[in-house]
Amino acid sequence: MAFLDNLINGVSLGSIYAIIALGYTMVYGIAKMLNFAHGDVIMVGAYIAYVGMQMWGLPAPLAIVISMAVCTVLGITIEGLAYRPLRRAASLAVLITAIGMSYLLQNLALMIWGANSRVYPETFINSTTIRLGELTISISAVITIVVSAVIMIGLTLFTNRTRMGKAMRCVSEDRGAAELMGINVNRTISVTFAIGSALAAIAGVLLCSTYPVLQPTTGSMPGIKAFTAAVFGGIGSIPGAMLGGVLLGVIEIFGKAYISTELGDAIVFVVLIIVLLVRPTGLLGKPVREKV
Amino acid sequence: MSKAKRKRLILNLATFALIIGAYFILQSMVDAKTISRSLKGQLIPICAWIMMAVSLNLVIGFSGELSLGHAGFMSVGAFTGAIVSGWILNANADMDPTLRFIIAVAAAGVIAGIAGLLIGIPVLRLRGDYLAIVTLAFGEIIRSVINVCYFGVSDGSLYFSFLNKKMPEGVTMLVDGAKGALKITRISTFTAGFILVLITLVVVMNLVNSRAGRAIQATRDNRIAAESMGVSVMKYKMMAFVTAAVLAGMAGALFSLNTTTVVPGQFTFNQSINVLVFVVLGGLGNILGSVVAAVFLTVLPEVLREFADYRMLVYAVVLILVMICTNNPLVKYVFRRAFSPVTRLFRKNGPNAARGGGRV
Repeated sequence: MAFLDNLINGVSLGSIYAIIALGYTMVYGIAKMLNFAHGDVIMVGAYIAYVGMQMWGLPAPLAIVISMAVCTVLGITIEGLAYRPLRRAASLAVLITAIGMSYLLQNLALMIWGANSRVYPETFINSTTIRLGELTISISAVITIVVSAVIMIGLTLFTNRTRMGKAMRCVSEDRGAAELMGINVNRTISVTFAIGSALAAIAGVLLCSTYPVLQPTTGSMPGIKAFTAAVFGGIGSIPGAMLGGVLLGVIEIFGKAYISTELGDAIVFVVLIIVLLVRPTGLLGKPVREKV
Repeated sequence: MSKAKRKRLILNLATFALIIGAYFILQSMVDAKTISRSLKGQLIPICAWIMMAVSLNLVIGFSGELSLGHAGFMSVGAFTGAIVSGWILNANADMDPTLRFIIAVAAAGVIAGIAGLLIGIPVLRLRGDYLAIVTLAFGEIIRSVINVCYFGVSDGSLYFSFLNKKMPEGVTMLVDGAKGALKITRISTFTAGFILVLITLVVVMNLVNSRAGRAIQATRDNRIAAESMGVSVMKYKMMAFVTAAVLAGMAGALFSLNTTTVVPGQFTFNQSINVLVFVVLGGLGNILGSVVAAVFLTVLPEVLREFADYRMLVYAVVLILVMICTNNPLVKYVFRRAFSPVTRLFRKNGPNAARGGGRV
């Protein structure tokens, strides 16, 4: 049964990566930039929910909603202050700005909440387990998977069925043409950041419920992994991010369980490299044709 | 000599003059003991970071590929240097430390170069952001792998085990997995660091200004055009990548032989990003800029020590502001208007040149 256990843990971890990867991939698809600060928005989201639950004694769902609201505002602010002035700048300049933003968030968190790692409080999702024959499933894994599935379906419907979603696909296809068609590109990008950051808050709470240690650098490694997941699935593609995230989580857990605990991260990256060599634009990425 | 060529020669000579001058001033300060302790401790790391920044600039600025795993090569070099130095010390304790240092640095360069070649083959087949993420991945792989490597030495022979620590009795550990390289003898000197920086500059400047360097820059500017002119893109991109890896490896050895222990966790993605910041702030393709940025940004946190709590915060804000100020068209325009009376004075033909007023 160890195999099934690992599979469930892997899918659960992978779902968290997938939620984070959605934020990366949507921003990349629409603003054509790597938002390195996304991992730190996760950390902020987790802290806000922590403060809400631990210090103000709010019930977990309310704390999560507050955390999502704060992260949404944070995402829009970051985009407006730091990235919007660089809309037409070289991509490397935007990348460095995003890295600067990541440092800024980490250090602000360090000042506000201190360097000590906090043990995450029991949200409504961990603590209990279900028994199915020999199989023990933790509630947190089940809830993580269900929440992720809901988010993915919701996001797919949003991008495919709503006006805003259509505008987002349009901007991602061709920004210039979208602008000429009367789409407000800046607003569309803001909305993308808002959605990505709200998802990051959920991912932060789910992540810290599964691995209950919270410190200012909590977001960086999952951020990098989720970014890897987005590339793995083909960056810019929403189904790709979901697939990439889940696969990455499963590979990581299986690698740790069957090959080597220390080499778990290395295995993830080796698989990424192999996939990119076979499919240079990721699993579901569109091949880009070069024009002379 | 053409105008562009002369300008380049002057810039290169200025770079060398600056570095040699700085070396003599600092060395005399060290001799006279007028230098602050914290700065003295920073001298060798600064040399290593200059080498890292200049070599990364070769990849990003001249060959145009965004590499996010440069610290990985530094890590390879750092550990190779520590192992080779420890091995020689065990095998032949009488060897002159300078010779031992030279052998260790050379070995670090060779091993890092081989790593660069092996990593370059898959990496350079990719483009743009995909290439960036794969270099990031390799940096992390190198870190994880070194975390589970064990090297020991006994009676002049080297023992190695992977994943599990399996060592015979009486072996002195050189690299102990996640604990890193232990008991390194400190044989780096500021002079050695200075010479390595000079070697780096000579290698990079000569490469960039050679036929191969022009080919490298051509592949950056337009890959397809370069290829159709008969330039082998893979060959020249590889040349830049491997050269940078060798130099980074040597920087790593210089860095590790200046301390007593190094751990794999010192060479993470964040370290690669730091070097990237040096390169971007110094200016892509600007070697002097990389040197100045590396020095300035290494010393700055030390100077800001009294604001210990805020220094990284200030650093982050400065980074963002510099990027916005140098890249936002509006801000740039405002700056240009604000400083135009000043810049006009420095134009070659004097203050009236812009109005077509001839020489003054």
